[in-house]
Amino acid sequence: MTVNMTKGQAISLQKSDGGTLTAVRMGLGWQAAPRRGLFGSRTREIDLDASAVLFADKQPVDVVFFRHLVSDDGSVKHTGDNLVGGAGSGGDDEAILVDLQRVPVHIDQIVFTVNSFTGQTFQEVQNAFCRIVDETNGQELARYTLDGGGQYTAQIMAKVHRSGNGWQMTALGNPANGRTFQDLMPAILPHL
Amino acid sequence: MTAELVRGQNHTLPQTRLEIRVSAGTPVVAGATLGDEDGTVHGTEWVAHPGSPQLPGLEVSGQAAAEHRLAVDLDALPASVHRVTVLLALPTGVGGPVRFGAVASPFVAVTGLEGSEIATFTLTGLDTESAVTALELYRRQGAWKVRAVGQGYAGGLAAMLADQGLTQAAELAHSIQDAVARAMARSVAPPPPRTPDSDRVGHGTGPVPPSDGRRHPVAPPTATQPPEPLAEPITPPSAATTGGPINYAHPRRQASAPPPPPPAAPPAEPGHAARPVAGDATGWSMEERLYNQIWGMFEDLARTTAAYRSAVDFAESRMDQELDRSLSDPRNRIGGAGDRAREQARAKRDELTARAREVLDRDLAQLAAESAVVEPALPAAYAGWDNPVWHAYRVPMETPMALRIGDLHLPESPDLRIPLLVRLPLERGIWVDSGRTASEAAALMDTAQLRRLAMENAVAHAARLLAVYPADEFSVHVIDPAGSAAGALAPLVESGALAGPPAAGAGGVASVLAQLTRRVDLVQMAIRAGAADSLPPDLDTGEQLLIVNDFPHGFDDRAVTQLRYLADEGPSVGVHLLMVADREDAGAYGPVLDPLWRSLLRITPVADDHLADPWVGHAWTYEPLGMPPGSRVLEQVLARVAAARHPRRP
Repeated sequence: MTVNMTKGQAISLQKSDGGTLTAVRMGLGWQAAPRRGLFGSRTREIDLDASAVLFADKQPVDVVFFRHLVSDDGSVKHTGDNLVGGAGSGGDDEAILVDLQRVPVHIDQIVFTVNSFTGQTFQEVQNAFCRIVDETNGQELARYTLDGGGQYTAQIMAKVHRSGNGWQMTALGNPANGRTFQDLMPAILPHL
Repeated sequence: MTAELVRGQNHTLPQTRLEIRVSAGTPVVAGATLGDEDGTVHGTEWVAHPGSPQLPGLEVSGQAAAEHRLAVDLDALPASVHRVTVLLALPTGVGGPVRFGAVASPFVAVTGLEGSEIATFTLTGLDTESAVTALELYRRQGAWKVRAVGQGYAGGLAAMLADQGLTQAAELAHSIQDAVARAMARSVAPPPPRTPDSDRVGHGTGPVPPSDGRRHPVAPPTATQPPEPLAEPITPPSAATTGGPINYAHPRRQASAPPPPPPAAPPAEPGHAARPVAGDATGWSMEERLYNQIWGMFEDLARTTAAYRSAVDFAESRMDQELDRSLSDPRNRIGGAGDRAREQARAKRDELTARAREVLDRDLAQLAAESAVVEPALPAAYAGWDNPVWHAYRVPMETPMALRIGDLHLPESPDLRIPLLVRLPLERGIWVDSGRTASEAAALMDTAQLRRLAMENAVAHAARLLAVYPADEFSVHVIDPAGSAAGALAPLVESGALAGPPAAGAGGVASVLAQLTRRVDLVQMAIRAGAADSLPPDLDTGEQLLIVNDFPHGFDDRAVTQLRYLADEGPSVGVHLLMVADREDAGAYGPVLDPLWRSLLRITPVADDHLADPWVGHAWTYEPLGMPPGSRVLEQVLARVAAARHPRRP
């Protein structure tokens, strides 16, 4: 069962059988720009990027994005940069895997963001979504639809944060503008 | 000492972790049954076969093949099992031969994990049989023995299984043959061999820090190039350079049989991490799996330490901030409020540090347990000098994938040593730094001691290289212009393992360099022109190593230029440098020699933290492989190498 999340909604990352989540994946998918005219290669490609920022008590400690694919501690992994998007059929084009059991003890929040590296706003991108999946069984926990999202080039998606002994996820869905996660830092800080 | 068994003969097994290798001239099904004291097999779940290849302590391959490797861990077998019977059968219904009499005699060997043969048995005299029990491993008064059986069954698998007391023999035989036929239909072509860098070792380029420079704040100033070239796939020198008959086999492609499955890790007890197993990684051979496993351990240790350091740094900086805040708050200046706030800040730091340490200790314990099973299983090329495998050393038939040239460790876990493996053939030369480094160990020695130690180390590295290459495929040349290293070189010289006596004086330097430069030139030309057979017959096309002591003593400008040429062009055509030098000695050349030093992998004769890992960039302490005190292993190994050499062709 998928929750179509709304802004600010918090869900606990507990499995339906009571066990806590051990691994989650943030998936991002979008449809490649349609090929046009005689010179298809001149199609203006759309490059969306998924990033994850690891915070310890509101201090950014590590970032996983297309230039740093694995966090130093090895707990957060980006599967690789996709520069053009996919068929728009619902598959993930970029994914970030988080092994919650291996996240270092001082990291208490991980914020997921999406940026348009090539600068198109989400209005111009078709079939764009991002979602959080329980990696152990493939079950989708939450999904956001990005397209039609207005004149924004970035979105602060969601955060997973420690709560008690387990982890909780809060949907943020906050639009912002920026090319990479660095531009988003001022917009992320209020959500911590 | 391999025991060549004849039918009915038995042999004591010195160890319980074994591989059983089967080679037959045609694809055969290999399986194994587990029996009780009487040899009775109590049910289909006591039979490992291609349809169900894994049992506790036992693994067979999932399809028929001409070559098999069965992994057996006798300790992991249930206590009620007293007999393991290894069986072979011809697959039916796939159009192959239907009787063993029509194919070459199958050969089975019981080997240790590192490949040393314990016992072998050739199954001769078979005729109409289509299934045969090859070997029996059995318990006798608490110890395991192997017996050569060679009992054939004309009635095939069904008859054999029924003979072992299995009631559902016919159904099981049928389902085994079904599974084999299905696997054969599937196995159109084996997948292309993966280079090891496509899995865990594949982070060769290392992470690129974000441009804000916030990360790696503690990058040590002494950190040199990360050792990422160690992880690159080898590009073997073209087969054409050997000048022999053309070999159409792809140099990295293995036999078409699927790789033997990695040893099965026993299932984890609830609440505990799985027990580590040597070779628990991907790869086409045990050697490659161990290589990948070691790189996996290297990465895991780097990352878990990164997590720990990051947590400790954060705890410290948070405490500092809190202390600052409490100091700057005027209310805290009177009364005990300030003390309390400081107390709290320290307690918070200690609590977080302790939790981080707990996680680190848990991971370190897991890695230490893994290291404890991996180290004894290593083949000679990956093993330290203190490993018994060096006492049983024999000149190998094949070049190994990699060579261990030292150990790496981090200050958080000084006892957990990660083998530093470099790929063979060497991709870059080695520089044993005989100069004074910043390390404590170096500070305790005088310059002469350091130099002698550096040369002894270089000799040990050269001996390892000589030992892991097949006979006549690796030669070592020495330049020792002033003869100052005669003592350290004695093991190489006396054993006769050198290509020639160490070259002395400016004349000797010039002649060795000229000879190697000519070899590089000729082989390069031959490769470019595709004319390997036109190489002069006196040219030694094996790998060459040049040990240079006392650089730049005895070198004129021309010789320095030739040396740089060898450093640049040599590795791709099999000519490698092993420099023993103090960079200060060559200071007069100025920055001209910087590219030479940079192109070499710098190691030290004493412990020194100058190597960076490719993932996080920690400064790792490198330590050369120690020789056990009083050990003659170096001399013994070199004597074997020299004895295996063939006299030089005129």
